[in-house]
Amino acid sequence: MKEKQLARLLVSGPPLLFLIVFFVAPSLIMILTSFRFPGEFGGLAPITPPSEKAAGEYGFTPDAYQFFFSDFIYTEIFLKSFAVAFGTTLICLILAYPLALLIARSRKRLRNLMVLLVILPFASNFLIRIYAWMIILGPESALSHFVNTVLGAFGIAPVTLLFSPFAVLVGMVYVHLPFMVLPLYTNLEKHDPSLLDAAQDLGANAWQRFWRVTWPLSLPGVFSGSALVFIPVLGMFAVPDILGGTGDILIGNLIKDQFLGTRDWPFGSALSIMLTLAVLSVAGLTTWFARSATGQRAI
Amino acid sequence: MALLEIRNVTRRFGSYTAVDNVSIDVEAGEFFTLLGPSGCGKTTLLRMIAGFDLPDSGQILLDGKDMVGIPPEKRPVHTVFQTYALFPHMTVADNIAFPLKMAGKAPQEIKKRVNELLERVHLPNFGNRFPHELSGGQKQRVAFARGLVNRPRLLLLDEPLGALDAKLREEMQIELINLQKEIGITFIFVTHAQDEALALSHRIAVMNRGNVEQIDEPSKIYSTPRNHFVADFIGKISVMNAAVMEAVPSHLKLAIEGLGEVTAPAREGVEVGDKGVLAIRPEQVRISHPSNESQLKNHFRGKVHDFLYVGDVTTYIVELVNGAYIEALLPNSAPGRAKFFEVDDEVTISWRHDAGIFLND
Repeated sequence: MKEKQLARLLVSGPPLLFLIVFFVAPSLIMILTSFRFPGEFGGLAPITPPSEKAAGEYGFTPDAYQFFFSDFIYTEIFLKSFAVAFGTTLICLILAYPLALLIARSRKRLRNLMVLLVILPFASNFLIRIYAWMIILGPESALSHFVNTVLGAFGIAPVTLLFSPFAVLVGMVYVHLPFMVLPLYTNLEKHDPSLLDAAQDLGANAWQRFWRVTWPLSLPGVFSGSALVFIPVLGMFAVPDILGGTGDILIGNLIKDQFLGTRDWPFGSALSIMLTLAVLSVAGLTTWFARSATGQRAI
Repeated sequence: MALLEIRNVTRRFGSYTAVDNVSIDVEAGEFFTLLGPSGCGKTTLLRMIAGFDLPDSGQILLDGKDMVGIPPEKRPVHTVFQTYALFPHMTVADNIAFPLKMAGKAPQEIKKRVNELLERVHLPNFGNRFPHELSGGQKQRVAFARGLVNRPRLLLLDEPLGALDAKLREEMQIELINLQKEIGITFIFVTHAQDEALALSHRIAVMNRGNVEQIDEPSKIYSTPRNHFVADFIGKISVMNAAVMEAVPSHLKLAIEGLGEVTAPAREGVEVGDKGVLAIRPEQVRISHPSNESQLKNHFRGKVHDFLYVGDVTTYIVELVNGAYIEALLPNSAPGRAKFFEVDDEVTISWRHDAGIFLND
């Protein structure tokens, strides 16, 4: 019995320690930080005043949270970020599903090659890939010329693609597409092909075979892919920084600015805690929904 | 007109001919079995009937209508797959309802029919279970129910009992026979298990290397196999090289090398001088002590080479004086008796003049 407990501790100990050191402790620090006053030159004000006569504010305060709700612009940025995350997830799903299906139904050797192609972009630096999109979407690019020529033919004024919400969405989808393709492929590849034969044999046409068999069976893959896209998009600041215009900041940018620009650490912490809570509730809802949608089957 | 007519169907995969000029008629209401070793073309033939594969030449007619160009989902033919292929994300009731939904039946009727089928396969309270909560036999029953619920003209069964253990298999065989009798739908059953084919079928087509070797009732397949392959594939049989010495309407006289003369039942088309084999079933061969002189015309001396005790009977493998082996079956009906002879015992082997069959090469 003792040995068993020791073995269990040895196996689960290290990951537990990892989570405590790198997730629980930082979260607690963040929570504490969010209830403190900002320091005069950035950082945090001390909790107790250094001397009786010292001016300024010390101790704990819910100011950061009050500040968040004092101006609707912050809620708006939150909502906009969720909208972008949702849109990115949806577009990724629509683009990734046919691709994953194609890979899963190809011959084995071709499959591995295609998976390699999907993950190949990771081989080059993330920022360089985003900068590449600046060139692709830039005003002098072939794409811009083409779009504006087409629009011009319909009598519509030319548009700039770069530094727009559109560019942000394109960048987000581009960066996160593999995270949708891989879980979907992993799921679809495991489907028993005889189920589709059975469905066809029992009278289902191609459309019915997809909606009644392939799609419901792929839901676990859809949900895990969606989580892998949705959550990182919410916190992403590099893509809107580089491809977005001045009005396209998202929560990620806002939080980054609090720490590196405005140097208001308590507000930055408060924002990031609210983001964590929002993500957790979305994840919880998704899991609940996934369970009820796929029956009692394990996700 | 037969319900299903397979006319000169050939299917090739590259240089390999999976089905070679096969013609079969299946009558309405029949329990028809395609029997053969793996690779004999029976599954390819089944897939062509279901519509998953197309013949390179020849025709498949259902109710006199050529099925070419009709996809599987439009054919009034359903299949019970070897792996059952139940939809894991649907309940038992939804699985059974699937073909009815695809056919656009009204919800009321679907409910009624699903319940009716659940009763019929003895799973009345299993509608809300998921397939992974069922045992192998229960899954099998659900697969039958799903195949039958929309009353196809033809139900194809692709080795459906292959995954079950021996005892359950026998139970399911009996259920399958009853189900087919009650519902009256034509079954085409594919198997490589000859005992299953004999037990279940009205008629059997024995296939080998893409060809149909014989189509007949089970008892005829067993007692009068048309050639060496069929004789060997169905049940146990001993064969000895033989040449025809006399062929008259009442009987044949055969010369067996190193053994002597044997009388065998007459057969159409056999002529004096034909070479082939005498094939004889173990249960037709009598084994006795050499002191009891046999009354039968066909009797020879031999020596017990080996024996196999399987409970109800013991099979003796006897080496004859010419070096050929012949098997004889002895029931162990006497209590406590497991064997009558030991290895190397001298014995007399005999069989009736109307037992055995001469098969041309």
